[in-house]
Amino acid sequence: MNFDLTDEQRAIQSLAREFAQNEVKPRAEQMDRDEAFPYELVAKMGELGFMGLPFPEEYGGAGGDTVSYALAVMEIARADASTAITMAAHVSLGATPFYLFGTQEQKERYLVPLAQGKMLWGFGLTEPNAGSDAGNVSTKATLKDGNWVINGTKAFITNSGTSISGGTTITAVTGTRPDGKPEISNLIVPQDTPGFVRSKKYKKMGWRASDTRELSFADATVPEENLLGPRGEGYHQFLTILDGGRISVAALSIGLATGAYDEAIKYAKERHAFGRPISKFQAISFKLVDMLTEIEHARLMMLRAAWEKDQGRDYVQSASFAKLFAGELSHRVVNEALQVHGGYGFMDEYPISRMYRDQKINEIGEGTNEVQRLVLARLMGL
Amino acid sequence: MKIVVTVKLVPDPNAEKRIDSATKRLVRSGVETVLNPYDEYALEAALQLKERAGGDTSVVVFSMAPEALKETLRKALAMGADEAVFLSDAGLEGSDVWATAYAMSQALKKIGFDLLIVGGLTDDGSTGAVPGALAEHLGVPCITNARKAEIADGTLRVERETDSGYQTVRGPLPALLTTALTFGEPRYASLKGIMGAKKKTIAPLTLADIGLDLAVGSDGAKMQLEAFAPPPARGKGRTVEAADGAAGAQAIFDFLKEKKLV
Repeated sequence: MNFDLTDEQRAIQSLAREFAQNEVKPRAEQMDRDEAFPYELVAKMGELGFMGLPFPEEYGGAGGDTVSYALAVMEIARADASTAITMAAHVSLGATPFYLFGTQEQKERYLVPLAQGKMLWGFGLTEPNAGSDAGNVSTKATLKDGNWVINGTKAFITNSGTSISGGTTITAVTGTRPDGKPEISNLIVPQDTPGFVRSKKYKKMGWRASDTRELSFADATVPEENLLGPRGEGYHQFLTILDGGRISVAALSIGLATGAYDEAIKYAKERHAFGRPISKFQAISFKLVDMLTEIEHARLMMLRAAWEKDQGRDYVQSASFAKLFAGELSHRVVNEALQVHGGYGFMDEYPISRMYRDQKINEIGEGTNEVQRLVLARLMGL
Repeated sequence: MKIVVTVKLVPDPNAEKRIDSATKRLVRSGVETVLNPYDEYALEAALQLKERAGGDTSVVVFSMAPEALKETLRKALAMGADEAVFLSDAGLEGSDVWATAYAMSQALKKIGFDLLIVGGLTDDGSTGAVPGALAEHLGVPCITNARKAEIADGTLRVERETDSGYQTVRGPLPALLTTALTFGEPRYASLKGIMGAKKKTIAPLTLADIGLDLAVGSDGAKMQLEAFAPPPARGKGRTVEAADGAAGAQAIFDFLKEKKLV
């Protein structure tokens, strides 16, 4: 076995760390407070190649592997979860569908500017009444005179309404299968489509600088060729997309936990009580040890899933393990890191309070803890 | 035009450092090696000059270090340098500033350059003497502390930063330039640069390749390190008890006045 990162993976990790600590971290507090989308950071990340990290150079990407991508997401999340989810959702959910299922023309038209970070893209699966029960989507698309006419609503869609968002790929029922079940397909819906309306940004507890909206479609009309991949393949397509997304959400959770640990250890060394730094008390030092032990545990799980993906192996189970464990770990670590801060942790001016709010969604987004267990129980043949 | 940038590979400036009392050398294990931060400014200057000059201008980075550190140099290639040359030889161990500059100059003569850009200082040794010694060995003008530079018709024109403002100086090529931190923040290595860097060459050199007339390594060192010590620990501050805010402010003011800080 070999646990060493390659030279490129290390270089990408250190670039991401440098960028996150120098450019992202100093802005995180203000962006959270103002719910201000990080346009400037996205532009810089685009120039550096982060927004298309795992895609081949011919499509405007950086040609990196999944391990490098996960390491980069981790470093950005360590500085700011909002910026990290903006990047991770863009890559894993916005751009990946084009890369995996798009025609050559769709790749050139959409994937290239997405991978360069010049345009953002949403992925619209969740609906107000269909979350993990994604087979139950009620958004419908009907083929009429060479156009898809779409009606329905999508909920919680990241990157869907920024001034550089180009559109959203949505799942819709496009007919009925021979077995009587709904036929689901993915459709490409550009921002200027008539009948396609984005709500105002949601008011959120965490990830406040990221762009999340409700989308509604009232006879929204797109050309027939805006179908992504073959008709009726929508269900399989989004399952594949979500499998890869789990690795990036796990990376995001571990990054946030590491950031919380950074804050806790810094505070524990600075804060004095009873004549010495509180890090010298076992009650605190044991907490810090436990945090780092768990972070290391989650890192290994997540990197294994990423490595398996890079090797072309089946990584579904390891990605689900990693997502479940990392989501819950981030809860424990952030909670303990705040506890180390005592009363100051409850104050808005300490970054740990923002991290505490940012954490909760790690146990909900891209499959709740409960749904991860359901997926895993099935994979384990239960 | 060929621009060569010298880069030292130094222990991470943010890491805690320890000196081995037996060898009197820095303990490198467990401490990450990085490009000397001052040299990143030198590289930034070279890349800016290359971008402005266009054409067939190339940027070569040169480093002298133990073999194990070689891959650290790849960051310079990822930032945009075209190729690297790496001088490594057990015979260089124990070189002082003079011997280091001599060995470097022999290698640089072999590499050849129109412009040599050197960071003003290294983060670990901090002698600041290598640029001057290099220029001497190479017989080229040494223009220090540059905040701006341009090359036109084979002439180098440089704005040098001084305490009271800046000077504009002119000189012929080849020349040696050291950069001030005002030249421009070093760029990030882009992902594309990182992926491209693995395809670029780091050409190896040994002492046998460069040819020496004088001794280097411990034998060539003219200076010996006698003793070293960590910076003295900070003493306890002065605590002042004051009846109220106004009295406290007065006490702080008096203190600053006593120190001639206000």
